[in-house]
Formats: sequence, structure tokens, C-alpha cells
Amino acid sequence: MGDSSGLVLDGVTLSSRLVLGTGGAANLAILQAAVRASGTELVTVAMRRVPADGGGGLLDVLSECGVRLLPNTAGCHTAREALLTARLGREALGTHWVKLEVIADDRTLLPDVVELLEAAEALVREGFVVLPYTSDDPIVAQRLVDVGCAAVMPLGSPIGSGMGIRNPHAIELIRELVDVPVVLDAGIGTASDAALAMELGCDAVLLATAVMRSEDPVRMARAMRSAVEGGHLARGAGRVPLRRMARASSPTTGLVGA
Amino acid sequence: MTITVNGVDRPGRPGLTVAALVAELDLQPRGIAVAVDGEVVRRSEWASTAVPDRARVDVVTAMQGG
Repeated sequence: MGDSSGLVLDGVTLSSRLVLGTGGAANLAILQAAVRASGTELVTVAMRRVPADGGGGLLDVLSECGVRLLPNTAGCHTAREALLTARLGREALGTHWVKLEVIADDRTLLPDVVELLEAAEALVREGFVVLPYTSDDPIVAQRLVDVGCAAVMPLGSPIGSGMGIRNPHAIELIRELVDVPVVLDAGIGTASDAALAMELGCDAVLLATAVMRSEDPVRMARAMRSAVEGGHLARGAGRVPLRRMARASSPTTGLVGA
Repeated sequence: MTITVNGVDRPGRPGLTVAALVAELDLQPRGIAVAVDGEVVRRSEWASTAVPDRARVDVVTAMQGG
């Protein structure tokens, strides 16, 4: 939740409510420009075996942007794999924050919430700040909070699908039922999706594909920054109630010719 | 002696430490982590941890990812 000034995770206030994934950028120069344009202060990275060439450059590029790194456990199918990957991320990057991801299969990339809960509980016990990518099931979100997760990150729709938020009611319900930050993660396609997430009460939005695989990642990064800010402001401003019939916004008296 | 590093077999030797292996692989220590047989070896223990015969070693770093 946090106050209106920013997203608070583990006692750290991030003034940007946009978390950016770094996957999918065509090259590091575009990645760096997009990260800067987005205004984000927190970016995710994947932990992978070092390639023969050392893999160079990514950490330098992100370090120049002054952003915090959030290692993820993307690609892990079991709690066991996720635990090892999380521990490696902590050791490699010197952070005890982890975006916990345990997927069921490679076609849907949907979370395996049974393995996810097991991994979350174990990592919390090991002192991690666990930020789980999860389904949009409000009860699973509650269970994740019960085992000590620092936030919940429900999907809007499948990873990389760009289908937006398929079940806005579920996201709203999660916001009402848990008392940790809710970060809409996965499925964002364009700026209106990010604004909707914030209007539904989410505390932040995490996206990668929507920016990195757009035709102009830097412009889309700016769009997402504005959408997240706009949606958050609108949520705080308190929208007008929906009405079935029109309500004139001009005076109804003093009409010419009356 | 043979060890497996990131899925590829390579010769090991008695007394080979994690620190020596990382140096042999010509890797910058910054931003990497090492696991031997599924257990993370803390950086502070690289110099004192041996890589046993037939060990499965994973050396990982951060890559672009969502």
C-alpha cells in the first residue's frame, strides 16, 4: 500500500510505482534509454548460467541508471529450483529481495501456486523479501501474505500476452483482502491497461514486454510512466459514480428562447 | 578428475577451489554466484571451498529478464 508519495517495500520507499522488467530489449542501449524514460527505480533481471563471453554489460548499464535490481526466478518449475535460483540471485547481486516465479508449464507460463506457496514460505524463513508472481486468485494472494510475502503480484493475463487485465474484479478483491502492496504483474499491453491497474487500487505495475517489444520502447516507457501516475492519481481523486442516465454538466436554466 | 561447469565437462584437479575455478574461467567475480552440487558457495568461502571430483558447478549471473 504505502502512502501517496510512493511504493513502500521492506521499509524502502520507491517514488516510482512502475517496476520494469529488462527482458526483450533489442540491445543494451535501448534498454538503458527505456529504463531512464520510464522513471523506474526497480528493475527485474533473470539469473542464468554465465555465457562463454561473460555475458557482459547488463549490470554496468543498469548501475549507470541508478536503479535497484530485483532478481527473479523466471523459468523455475519447482519450489526446489526456485529456492536455488533465489539464493544464487541474493549471492550474485547482494540483495535479499526476490521476484518469486514458479511456473506450471512453458506454454501458458501460468503460476504453479502449490509450488509457489511452498517456495515463498521457505524463502521468507531464510530472510528473503519475497515478491511473488501469482494468479489473480484472491485466496491464493491471502495465503501468500499469511506465509510472510512482502507484496503480492497477481497477473492481469498471461506473461507477454498483452491481453491486459482479464478479471478486474479479482484484482480489486485482492486489493481489498490483503494489507501488503499489490503489484499488477504480467499481461499489460498498453498504457490504458497500466492506468486501469492503478485505478483498481494496485500499488504498482510491473511490465516488460509492453515496453521492450513495442515499436518505440522509449516512447512506450514514457507512456507507461504517465499511465501509472495518471491511474494512481485518479484512484486517489475518487472517480464519479457510474450513472445509467445522463446528467447535464451545463446549467439547465436560462436557456435562450425559453 | 572431471567436473561439470554449467553443463560442460572439464578437467578438475585435487585441491581446486571455487576461487581458482572462477579465475580459470576468466570471469569477473562481480555479479556472479556459484553453486556446487546445488548448494550456493558464499563469495567469502570461495577460496576455502574445494570443487570435488564429479562436482556439478553452476556459475550464474544476471541477464535481461522480466
